[in-house]
This record gives sequence, C-alpha cells and structure tokens, in this order.
Amino acid sequence: MSVPTTRAAVPVLAAEDLTVRFGRRTALANVTLSVPRGRVVSLIGPSGGGKTTLLRAFNRMNELVPGVATTGTVRFDGVDLHGDEVDPVEVRRRIGMVFQQATLFPRSIFENVAFGPRASGYTGDLQELAEELLAAVGLWSEVAEDLDRPAMQLSAGQQQRLCIARTLALRPEVLLLDEPTSALDPAATARIESLIHSLRQDYTIVLATHGRRQAARLSDLTAYLAGGELIEYGPTETLFTTPRDRRTESYLTGRIA
Amino acid sequence: MTAAGISVTRRAPRRLADRLARPAFLACTVLAAATLVAVAGVLGVETVRFFGTVSPVRFFTEVDWTPFAEEPRFGVLPLLAATAQITAGAAFFAVPAGLMTAVYMEHYAGVRTERVLAGVTGLLAAVPTVVLGYFALTFVTPLLRALWPGTEAFNALSACLAVGLMILPTVIVFTRNALRSVPAALMETGLALGAGRGRVVARVMVPAAAPGIGAAVFLAMARAAGETMIVTLAAGNQAQLTWSPLEGLRTLTAYIAQSSLGDAPSGTVQYGAFFAVSAVLFAVTWGLHATGRFLMSRRSRGGLG
Repeated sequence: MSVPTTRAAVPVLAAEDLTVRFGRRTALANVTLSVPRGRVVSLIGPSGGGKTTLLRAFNRMNELVPGVATTGTVRFDGVDLHGDEVDPVEVRRRIGMVFQQATLFPRSIFENVAFGPRASGYTGDLQELAEELLAAVGLWSEVAEDLDRPAMQLSAGQQQRLCIARTLALRPEVLLLDEPTSALDPAATARIESLIHSLRQDYTIVLATHGRRQAARLSDLTAYLAGGELIEYGPTETLFTTPRDRRTESYLTGRIA
Repeated sequence: MTAAGISVTRRAPRRLADRLARPAFLACTVLAAATLVAVAGVLGVETVRFFGTVSPVRFFTEVDWTPFAEEPRFGVLPLLAATAQITAGAAFFAVPAGLMTAVYMEHYAGVRTERVLAGVTGLLAAVPTVVLGYFALTFVTPLLRALWPGTEAFNALSACLAVGLMILPTVIVFTRNALRSVPAALMETGLALGAGRGRVVARVMVPAAAPGIGAAVFLAMARAAGETMIVTLAAGNQAQLTWSPLEGLRTLTAYIAQSSLGDAPSGTVQYGAFFAVSAVLFAVTWGLHATGRFLMSRRSRGGLG
C-alpha cells in the first residue's frame, strides 16, 4: 500500500520519551513509539504492562484521573497534544476511543450513535448518519426495525459494535481500541475482528489486546509492553517469528502470562 | 471418607449470647412494628369516630376551619393547602440548590472541596428545627418585611425558606447517592466522544440518575410536609385559605401541635378533629414517602449494566 510521501513522513501519533505516573505507580516509563498513517498497530503484553495507559495518552484521557503526572511528548500529526492551544475535546473528536467494556448510555440505540455528532454540532441528517454507521459495523440489518429500543437490550457483541459505530460517528482519523473483544464470546469476537479488518481501509487503528493471535491476525505493527516499558516494536510478522528480545519471545511462547 | 474426630452432624454447644441474639433482635423488630400498628390503630379508631359526627364530605370540601367557634366548622382544606404550600415552597428553594450542589460535589469539586461541602451539609442537617424556626422569625422575616413592607409578621415565605434549608441536606445526600450509582465509565465515555463535561453531566449522568433524584425530591418533601416547629414559629397559626406567601397560615402539623396542648377535652368533637387531621397528615407524608421509595426501587432495577 503506497501512501502519499509528504504525509507519510509524519506519523499520525508519536509518543516521545513518555512517562506516566499515577501517584507513586509508574504506569509507563520512557516510551517512544510512532504510529504510521493508515496502519493497524497492536499493543500486546501482560495486564498492567502499560497498554491501556499508552492508548489513553493518545487522546488525553489519562489527565482525567486524579493524581496523574505525565512527562515527555505526545504528537498528533506532528503537533504536541499538550500544547497550550490544543483543546482536549477537539483531540478526542479526532482520535476516537472504544473501551474494553461496552459502555453504552442508558438511552436508545439511535441516541447512542447521535451523541458524539450532537456534541460537536453536526448539522447533517442524523438518521442518515446513524444508518450509515450501523451498516458499517454490521448492525443495521439487526436493529433497523427499531432504533428507539434501549441500547442495553442488545447482546454483548452487538453492544460493542454499537460502541464502535458511536465512535465512528465522530468521523475520527484514528481509532483507539482498548481490548474490544476481551468481554466477548468467540463468535462475537470474530465479528469484531472482521469489522476491524474492514475499518483498516479508512482509519489508523491502535489496538490494545490480550490476544496474541488477534494481534498477529489484525495488525501491521506490534508493540510489546511490559512493566510500563516498551520492550520491542516492529512489523508484526518479524516480531512474532524472530523477536529480538528474549522477554518478547517468552511472552509470545506463553511463558509470561 | 471421614475425617477422624470431626462430624458435621454433631452440634457444637452454642454460647448463651448466640442463643439469645435471635430472640433479642426479633423482639426489637416486633416492638417497632407494634408501635406502628398502635399508632395507626389509635388514629384509625378516633378518626372513624370523628367521622361519625362530622361528615367526611364536609371535612374535605368546606373551606373554614373553626373548631372552637360557637358553630364549629371542620373544613380541612385550609390546613391541607397550607401544608401543600409550605412543602412546595420549600422544595422550590431546596431542589434546584440541592441538585446543583450534589452535581457540583460529584462531578466538579476536587477532593478537598468535596470534603468541606460534605461537612457543611452534615452540619446543616444537625441544626435543630427550633433554631431554624427562630432564625426564620428573627432574621428572615425582618428581611422580607424590608423588601415587601406588607409582609405579615407570620408568613409562609419565611417558613418556606427555613424548611427549604432544613430539607436541603436530604436533597443533597440522596441526589449524591443517585449520581454515584451511575457508572463512572459513562462519564469517561462521554468525554471520549468529544463532549464537554457539562454536556455529559446534563445529557448522560443526571438523566441516568433521574429516578434516584426523583426519590430524593419526594423523601425531602415528606420531611417538609411533616415539619412542625419551623412552621409554627414562622408561619403562625391562622387557618385561612390564602395563596399569598406573605400572609400567615396554619399547616396540618401546626394545628396538631396547638391542639395537643390540651384545649379540647377527651371525647369531644374537637378532640376527634385532632386525630382526623393527624390521619390526613399521615396520609400525606406516607404518600410522599412511598412515592420516593418506589422511585428508589426503580433506580436499583434501572439496569445500567
């Protein structure tokens, strides 16, 4: 896949020497990593290794936690995300996030999809937008009959797909997916995976995942994080077949949970 | 397989405290229930007897409450209207203020500010109502009279403000509980969807807590309707049907307080009226309370997942 050279030169997201502490706990230590445009990047590693913290650093969600301290730089299209003129609300519109647990609002399916566009003052036809996005996540045929149904009545897999549609409604440039399938059964997981696969055409995706195989199946690049450190980062195939670091190898062969 | 020396079928001897615990707790429960039954029974019997003399239709439709006049009239409407007015007035002041305070404490204030506000709320709840009543009479009323010279010395508005102050902690505490029962993840999600905090609060967090907030309002109103001391001190004891908040009035509770001082000899119709009014008051507070409890139960079944 060829990318226009002028833009390809600048990564969409870049962490430079990024350290994040919550109180005394260091969640992320001196991480430097860049995400090229149009690619799927997986973050793998044990729980508490820093996957979620890195993901949340990319759309300034960490700062919502009391007692957080961040040093280093995060850049979006080359711009320092913590610069004075940067509005975190705008950042979160352009860098969308989907959480581990489906966190739907206790409202209708339609209201959930419409939430983001309404917040950003969308002036188009919300009904049309909802249909397009629900179709994009493969939900339209399942819910078209009744968009006013409470979103909570959907199955777990449908709920997570609705969460993705709700985030897509922001028209973001980047999608941050935080273990989107960890609470789902294999069938629902497969649907989400094929959805992620289809979304790679239009979005840069950063995917935090517990599933080594999921990372191998879906991503162009994979980063292995453990203990808050970035241990290894490279093309998925290389990392999985010939890891340079012994710790990466141990994790991939299942010796580290 | 049996473990040597240990048998699950043999009962270990129970200690005396253990054996007494169950009946002791049961006795306390029975006592509480029996008290309620006794209160309801006395109210019921005396009220039925009263309605043997005074027609219930006239009791609920006449607009004069003059039990000690030569030709006594027992129209409860002025008392009922006064209670409604005080309750609604107190809620008018306390609900918006309490709701906003609770939202501020839950979604905006830092840890330290929240702690201070919680302390102040607790202190306010500890102020005896007689003190609030005196505060209304000696501070609020002169203020109102300075603003509106026609204000009577005993007036509904002053009592509404003081009762509002009294129920404010109830509104705050129950609203905070309702807001806290909404998963915090929804706040994060809203912010991650590019909405400002105010928008997430108004569109997601508060609506999701709506049944619990409704419960807070009704439980607070139940307290306001039953409040006696403040209204007796600040609103006076004039049984009149008036909607002007600057005039005095007499609530159900104020009448009960006054009549229980012993003006009416036992067995007289005036004595019976005291019980009939008490029964009406009980119905009002119970209704408000039951509505609040109903909304509370809907909150816990709310299914936020």
